Amino acid sequence: MDLGQGAERLEQAECSVLGLPQLFLQRLGRVAISFCAAVGRLAEFTGRSVAHCVTPPFFPRLLFRQLIDIGYYSLPVVGLTTFFTGMVLALQSYSGFSRFSAASAIPNVVVLSITRELAPVLAGLMVAGRVGAAIAAELGTMRVTEQIDALTTLSTNPYKYLIAPRLIAGTVMLPLLVLAGDIIGVFGGYVVSVYSLGFVPGTYLQNTWQFLQHGDVTSGLWKAAVFGFIVTLMGCYNGFNSDRGAQGVGAATTNAVVSSSILILVFDYFLTQIFFTVVK
Amino acid sequence: MTAKLALSGVCKAFGDNKVLNGVDIEIEKGKSLVVIGGSGTGKSVMIKSVLGLLRPDSGSIKVDGAETTTMDSSARDALMKKFGMLFQGGALFDSMSVWENVAFGLVQGQAMGRKEAKPIAMERLRAVGLPARVADLYPAELSGGMQKRVALARAVATRPEIIFFDEPTTGLDPIMADVINDLIIAASKDLGATTLSITHDMASARKIADNIAMIYKGKIIWHGAAGDIDNSGNPYVDQFIRGQAAGPIKMET
Repeated sequence: MDLGQGAERLEQAECSVLGLPQLFLQRLGRVAISFCAAVGRLAEFTGRSVAHCVTPPFFPRLLFRQLIDIGYYSLPVVGLTTFFTGMVLALQSYSGFSRFSAASAIPNVVVLSITRELAPVLAGLMVAGRVGAAIAAELGTMRVTEQIDALTTLSTNPYKYLIAPRLIAGTVMLPLLVLAGDIIGVFGGYVVSVYSLGFVPGTYLQNTWQFLQHGDVTSGLWKAAVFGFIVTLMGCYNGFNSDRGAQGVGAATTNAVVSSSILILVFDYFLTQIFFTVVK
Repeated sequence: MTAKLALSGVCKAFGDNKVLNGVDIEIEKGKSLVVIGGSGTGKSVMIKSVLGLLRPDSGSIKVDGAETTTMDSSARDALMKKFGMLFQGGALFDSMSVWENVAFGLVQGQAMGRKEAKPIAMERLRAVGLPARVADLYPAELSGGMQKRVALARAVATRPEIIFFDEPTTGLDPIMADVINDLIIAASKDLGATTLSITHDMASARKIADNIAMIYKGKIIWHGAAGDIDNSGNPYVDQFIRGQAAGPIKMET
């Protein structure tokens, strides 16, 4: 009798003893327990990582390399994304707003959407794909080939050496990327509005500035810092706890990208809710 | 005299799978103990428990008479400086050049400057028979035997008191395996280090061991001087050292 048959028999036996409702509750309980365990593990990992970020020894060389890797090399991706988003925003709002002759609001729509919402979220998602995946794959491979254990045996704490520089770099660099993305995104909207929709350059820029408040930009930058932390944290967590083998590393990479993308969207809502009450 | 390293009643389980089931071992200062046993008998888990990479469920692990299982992290950090470890796959850092790998323990662990550490690393590389030109290569550019030698150089670079060897000869041809055995003996003699090795290569075990212990199903089932291994009177040991399929040890297929 093979294993599959055995499991099936066991399930049938369980069914007959427990009945379907109990079985359903049992499954539900198991899922709930494993979910709580996963949240607990992640929370412990987060606490420990942050503690190692703020206590010496620090590794400035490694931090510098991560700042370049995560920040500077993500600039083209973030720039392209926000540039086209700004262009498409201008086009879409023109075709919508011109129906009730509100086309003059386009500069405001573009700058507010970009700074408050689109630049942080899109930059976060793009960096999740680029940086989160790379971190998970690198740390996962190091785990699988015992390089992380080797660090410990060479009197070097892997949290300080591998995780802290990445977390700090992600949290610091994403706001800077988003600031650049804000400018590039607004420029994208400007290009389309001026060259294809017939706006006057001076007026467009004036309207862009007119209703923009500090809070619009800073709330987006706060979001970016949180997203940068989430992306690097999920990359580190999944890579650090990767299963054995090529499959384990592959799964770690996928989980890092999927979980950080979802968390970015969830946190985006809650952060917006908080800023909504502070910055009107 | 207290043993340099002493394990007693060490247990470790992963879920329902009891990997270590009460391991008792003692190693005297300057001696070399080789633990033999098949795959999946708990050899690697034992070494990782001593290193603190895994936390045993119960039992005691003492280094120089000090209990390590209940140590706080700063005491554990100080303890790690006494240890050197040669990993089965080498575990070289692939983002660093060969000499940076060898110097890693000196630069990061002992806060030595890179300029001071480099000549020491070069000297260690020479001691394991590697020419100076490999120092600036990356681990991926080396053959398996060379990687193992770099890993050995890295493990002994900080002059540890206790060195662990995890299957040092696995995956090497017989001649390279013997070269590694000689290097292990030379390095431990030079440092006066206590060594704990795990292997299933009997030729290697006979060569580097003062004492041999056999682990089976998470327990030490035989322990004695290396010279007595052929007259152990233990059917499990006899089957293992002769490499026979028939005997009391059944492979779980």
